Amino acid sequence: MAVTAKTIDLSVDLGFLGLRNPVLTASGTFGYGLEFEPYLDLEKLGGIVVKGLFYKPREGNPPPRLVETASGLINAIGLQGVGVEAFVAKVLPKLRSIGTPIIVNVCGADEDEYAAVVEYLDKQEGIAGYELNISCPNVKKEGLCPALSPQPTFDLVKRIKAASRRPLITKLSPNVTSIVEIAQAAEEAGTDAVALVNTFLAMAIDLETRRPKLGNVYGGLSGPAIKPIALRMVHQVASRLEVPVIGMGGIMTGTDALEFLVAGASAVEVGTASFVDPDAAARIVDEIRRWCEAHGVAAVRDIIGTLKTT
Amino acid sequence: MTIERNARLREVQSWGDLFRFTIEAPAMGQEARPGQFVMVKVSDGAFPLLRRPLGIHDANAGGIELFFKVAGQGTGILSQKKSGDRLDIIGPLGKGFTISAATKGKKVYLVGGGRGIAPLYFLARELVKAGTRPFVLYGGRCRTDIPLRDRFEKSGIEFLCSTDDGSFGFAGLVTELAAIELAKAKPAMIYACGPDPMMKALASLAAKHDVPAEFSLESIMGCGIGACWGCVHRIRNGKGNGWVKICEEGPVFPGERILWP
Repeated sequence: MAVTAKTIDLSVDLGFLGLRNPVLTASGTFGYGLEFEPYLDLEKLGGIVVKGLFYKPREGNPPPRLVETASGLINAIGLQGVGVEAFVAKVLPKLRSIGTPIIVNVCGADEDEYAAVVEYLDKQEGIAGYELNISCPNVKKEGLCPALSPQPTFDLVKRIKAASRRPLITKLSPNVTSIVEIAQAAEEAGTDAVALVNTFLAMAIDLETRRPKLGNVYGGLSGPAIKPIALRMVHQVASRLEVPVIGMGGIMTGTDALEFLVAGASAVEVGTASFVDPDAAARIVDEIRRWCEAHGVAAVRDIIGTLKTT
Repeated sequence: MTIERNARLREVQSWGDLFRFTIEAPAMGQEARPGQFVMVKVSDGAFPLLRRPLGIHDANAGGIELFFKVAGQGTGILSQKKSGDRLDIIGPLGKGFTISAATKGKKVYLVGGGRGIAPLYFLARELVKAGTRPFVLYGGRCRTDIPLRDRFEKSGIEFLCSTDDGSFGFAGLVTELAAIELAKAKPAMIYACGPDPMMKALASLAAKHDVPAEFSLESIMGCGIGACWGCVHRIRNGKGNGWVKICEEGPVFPGERILWP
């Protein structure tokens, strides 16, 4: 049978969750989802990963919080947010009625707060899973992120996996010596999938004032500038892990997304692109479909991990 | 709110590093209110990556006008666009100025500094339509910094100019001019847009004279639609003083809610 736009199967399977297509939105770049309703059909997306939630509302960093750099963006928002109770009361009822899998990015200032967030969310319906943001500074452990070493990653993932009834995706930081070791620690602790990469720690300086361009001095670099490094890390991790990998980092087009799938990702998250074009994630779904049509690929899952290295 | 992927740039007018674009975008023009803004894509490639937020300078059934200053690489690229080029614009966005029935028949002051004059022309026109009497105080560094004075003149809108170097109009800061005018007559309302120090000084003047005031804040923006939380300002809200998104709750805020740095 000829491959046509209508017959192409874009669905992918994360094992614990089937997606109508491999395109999710990246946490922190898609608000709580509803902000984007005027710009795209949220039903068209593979999934929506909402902005990271702490238990309590969180105030965030002083401005400036953003600075644009060559083909990228450094942000130091500081995870400002409404907290889990306001999210459940004001956002979730409408969000779950859309019919697209909702994944909640979970934050915590310590292990207890992460656990409190998932325990609260576990009582709610209409959430497909959690994405564990292990890059939050831990207030009880000198501000160190669990993401930076294998043991704290293992401990946190183990605790949250045990505390929750839902699938868990662990989102990895690229600011480590060996991302494979951290990914393996998360896998050993029982994570259902890993997502990578979070932003790269970065800074920008105003030479005239000799001041940092961000209120927080350091921030996280995202956008096309990081794509080649993210792609390398996704390939390394996907080559060593059994659990599915969700890839992200500078995906602006369908071609970018497909490269991550070839590198071994089972799905992708679109981040900074949604700031530039609020309908970017939906456009990327269309671009993937068109590429498959043009290349006679009947099912997009068939290209996952098909990188030829010999 | 619409995305105009292919809006035709009809006319470009420029004065040094200041530019006025007339853009064909009917849906946007019909929806726009004074004080709202648009997000304009400046590059098809990856640099500059982000759209630029620009205040709507005027709007009508045919489209919108923008008035901006070249402030960096993004606006620099934008300024190279020629009549007939196509622009990718999202808008109108944010919450604009309040045009209240309470000021009908009364005089209000509109204070603009430099490129901050951009939204005040649209506001002045709408105020006239609503039966309010706008009085514009238009300040700049020097006479070439205040090119829109002809436009106010032609529109029959009452205005005064100030320049820091005294090359045109009142010699001094526009806030000093505002202080003089406030001492002469108390307006029903003050609207302002300009650099933070200007607006901060004006906020204390407005408070001193007990005149309600609205200020249009400016910020670097990631998305313009409330998703990135990058454009915050300290704003008094019911529960204390929080970092509030300028793009979503603003860019216009009542003076009493703004905490100036």
